[in-house]
Amino acid sequence: MNVRRLFALAFKETLQVWRDPRSLAIALLMPLMQMALLGYGVSLDIKHVPLCIYDQENSQESHAVVEHFVSSSWFSISRTLDRQADLRNAIDRGECSAAIVIPVDFSRALATTGTASIQAIFDATDVNTTNIALGYAQGTIAQANAQIAAQWAAAHGVRPSLVGRVDLEPSTWFNETLDSRNFIIPGVVAVILALVGAQLTSLTISREWERGTMEQLISTPVTALEVMLGKLIPYFVIGLVDAGFCLAGAVFWFGVPFRGNVGTLFVTTVLFLIVVLGIGYLISVRIRSQLGASQIALLVTLLPTTLLSGYTFPIDQMPAPIRALSLVVYPRYYVTILRAIFLKGSSLADLWTPLLGLTAYALIIIWLAARAFRKRLD
Amino acid sequence: MTEESGQVAVRARGLSKNFGPVPAVRSVDFSISPGEIFGLVGPDGAGKTTIMRMLAGVLRPDAGDIAVDGVDVTADPEQAKLRLSYMPQRFGLYEDLTVAENIFFYGELFAVPRSERIARSRELLEAAGLLAFQRRLAGQLSGGMKQKLGLICALIHTPRVLLLDEPTTGVDPVSRRDFWAILYNLRESGVAIVLSTAYMDEAERCSRLALLHAGEIRHCDTPARLKEAMPGALLAITSAHPRSLRETLAGQPGVLGILLMGDRVHVRVDDPARRIPELRALLTELGVEEADIARAEPGIEDVFVALLGQGEAA
Amino acid sequence: MTSAAPAILAQGLTKRFHDFTAVDHLDLTIDKGEVVGFIGPNGAGKSTAIRMLCGLLRPSEGHASVAGFDVGRQPEAVREHIGYMSQKFSLYGDLTVRENLRFFGGIYRVPRRDIGEQMAFAISMAGLEGREDALVRTLAGGWKQRLALGCAILHRPPVLFLDEPTSGVEPEARRRFWDLIHEMAAGGVTTLVSTHYMDEAEYCNRIALIDRGKLIAIGSPRELRGRQLGGELYEIGCAPLGAALNALTGAPGVVEAAIFGDKLHVVLGAGGLGAADLPDFLGARGIHADPAHRVTPSLEDVFVQLVSGDREERVVS
Repeated sequence: MNVRRLFALAFKETLQVWRDPRSLAIALLMPLMQMALLGYGVSLDIKHVPLCIYDQENSQESHAVVEHFVSSSWFSISRTLDRQADLRNAIDRGECSAAIVIPVDFSRALATTGTASIQAIFDATDVNTTNIALGYAQGTIAQANAQIAAQWAAAHGVRPSLVGRVDLEPSTWFNETLDSRNFIIPGVVAVILALVGAQLTSLTISREWERGTMEQLISTPVTALEVMLGKLIPYFVIGLVDAGFCLAGAVFWFGVPFRGNVGTLFVTTVLFLIVVLGIGYLISVRIRSQLGASQIALLVTLLPTTLLSGYTFPIDQMPAPIRALSLVVYPRYYVTILRAIFLKGSSLADLWTPLLGLTAYALIIIWLAARAFRKRLD
Repeated sequence: MTEESGQVAVRARGLSKNFGPVPAVRSVDFSISPGEIFGLVGPDGAGKTTIMRMLAGVLRPDAGDIAVDGVDVTADPEQAKLRLSYMPQRFGLYEDLTVAENIFFYGELFAVPRSERIARSRELLEAAGLLAFQRRLAGQLSGGMKQKLGLICALIHTPRVLLLDEPTTGVDPVSRRDFWAILYNLRESGVAIVLSTAYMDEAERCSRLALLHAGEIRHCDTPARLKEAMPGALLAITSAHPRSLRETLAGQPGVLGILLMGDRVHVRVDDPARRIPELRALLTELGVEEADIARAEPGIEDVFVALLGQGEAA
Repeated sequence: MTSAAPAILAQGLTKRFHDFTAVDHLDLTIDKGEVVGFIGPNGAGKSTAIRMLCGLLRPSEGHASVAGFDVGRQPEAVREHIGYMSQKFSLYGDLTVRENLRFFGGIYRVPRRDIGEQMAFAISMAGLEGREDALVRTLAGGWKQRLALGCAILHRPPVLFLDEPTSGVEPEARRRFWDLIHEMAAGGVTTLVSTHYMDEAEYCNRIALIDRGKLIAIGSPRELRGRQLGGELYEIGCAPLGAALNALTGAPGVVEAAIFGDKLHVVLGAGGLGAADLPDFLGARGIHADPAHRVTPSLEDVFVQLVSGDREERVVS
């Protein structure tokens, strides 16, 4: 391999990327936009569920229960209703996603039978929100119940701690949603790099074929390896810069805790970039039209990455065959690694399983890419 | 592998190429010496570009072999590529790089020493009239200037063989002149130039021509000898009504072919000495005014049509 | 020639794109039945001028009329009365000959009762009898070209515009094509051809040389060639060529000398070396030379001579 030729190719490619508004936009704007969109837009937190209260009794006891809902940060009271008819309207118009209806005989039922029911109505067109709001509601009622028990104990001279009480603390679930951003953002970084990287390199070879410059290039003594490296080096640098932006953004802007070390992060990012750029390059070599190449790149990266990499939907919840399929989805390894480095502070040694996956991937891709490009028209 | 270069710069033997069932090039042979400008002449689809691509080592022949400066192109294409330069039909340089950047790139690809590259590039830019345009993006040059730039990049590393596929199609005549001046200069240094063209008048400028038709070389000789080989002699009869003139002359004894032009008729006759007076007499008799009969130098197109005859395949 | 209204008339026709002038005050008068060529390199403005004449582009300045209709004010009428055949003949390869003809017949709104006859005429003109159901992409270049011409004249337009009609086509096929054009011209069809092939100009009654938006000369091929190159053109075989060129450049009476193939082309003016003197002149300098003979200047020579005056401007701009 001739270093001078390699340098000439890399230099030319750099000039071309620099002068191409489309490439620059993909390289610099896209990651920033994606970070902003996905970082802020995607959140599994569901807070401040709009709630309507229809207290038919308006007694001291019913007010005490309502107070639990009012003071809960999970709900925000959008309306207090007086009539049955208003209830239906409010939900239909979307003024609230849920409603609490306290019956007219609430306090009397509680006092006489020891049990009273409150109706909770949900707008279940959004199943996700409903499920979560239901949980919130149950939690709120649990708290209300605990208070009722404590009041009873106090009223009967029994120390509240003697009253056995099972605290249903669905905190794991809830905590997870509280941390959702920490969970999601490392995944977002992986998704962005996968998309951007593949888009950038998928155009590089096909563009030269389309413009007619490849025919002349292959009549010179350049080797396929020089062409590949010469083209990928500038994109690699761009990829590192993008990764830097995104990771820095994650830590300093979105406040995701970073408990690992930078060296490990760097090594794993380099590996991931190799895979990502290599895949784009492969697509570019196989498909000689720019439009086709960029569409295939999108197809191959977008859906698998968002659905099967563990970025949003946990892999271990998936059926076995799909789980097996996700082994091929390379962002999966990087997502696992990033989360581990950020949130758990893992070292390279801890990460050897996903690292192995990523390394194997990188080697296979390099091998395929080096073989794929032929210096021939036919 | 490497034969003695001797007097042969490019040699093709039994060169063939099929695209699926279609034979694009059929067992083509030719041999080119250093300092020759060899023209491949023929219409679209005759196989010119396919042959050029095989010579450049970017397309693999189905049969036959090619030697460029003694190196077997099929067996060792990369060695061959060190000694040749190829300018494809479509502009093959980078439109988003400047003139200077393109030249630098190709210089580096061929490991041209820096001082040599600077000197040569200056010399070539001057000959091409592009010295003032070094900072201009290649995409902003006119067609003629682009072709000249292509030639400069091809020559930056002093190849032994230059392959030019339809280099002056659509180029303005002044740029074409500059282009050919550079080519003529190259001859002195022994560079062999293979040029393909569909322009019959450009063919006249070559040292030797191969007339291509449907993938075969039908005739190969110098322009002068090809013209001599053309049966009959060419007369040009000028007239204000060339159409009726053609009708009059068709079928006259000794007339081998008539071609209607815009302001005259080209007539191929078997024996000019005999026929000229005959025709003159005929025209006077018919009262055709202002008809001027003179011997005409056949052009390559006339030769092509005469030698290749009814070449149209259905 | 004829006192009837010209088929194509342009006066001061100009088109500007921002600050670039593509066509610069073009004046042109073409009579009915003439075959005129627009000759010039790519980028000279030929296509732009033709588009204006076809009513596809509005002129920035000046006006033109085609078949009696003003291109600026009546572009639709213009388009109904012209036929246009573009470079690389835009036929549909995956349709048959007949289907293509029918399609174009529809586009030109050829009346139902005429279409059969018109199609038959086009097919016979192209020599495609018996092949009406062949897919166009299976036809060789020459056939496609004639078919494209047939498609362009289905509605019997009085004016025909051809853009690079014989690009890359075989010489034999090219000649047959031009025969057709001349036949139609005899029937009163006016044809304007645009091409960068200088030698195609030979088929035209008159040629308009266009360079950088301007009409630089117009006349019959013979007239243009007869134009003074500043002298008469001779061809002389000699060796070594380089030395011969140096010797003759600037010699008395030599207007211009250039290499052409294996020979020199020399333009000799009055008062200086004559054709007969050349061999001795060169011989005295150790250059072997054959006798010189007169050659007709090519249109390219004429063109170059006409434009090389502003070559300096060309390089600088």
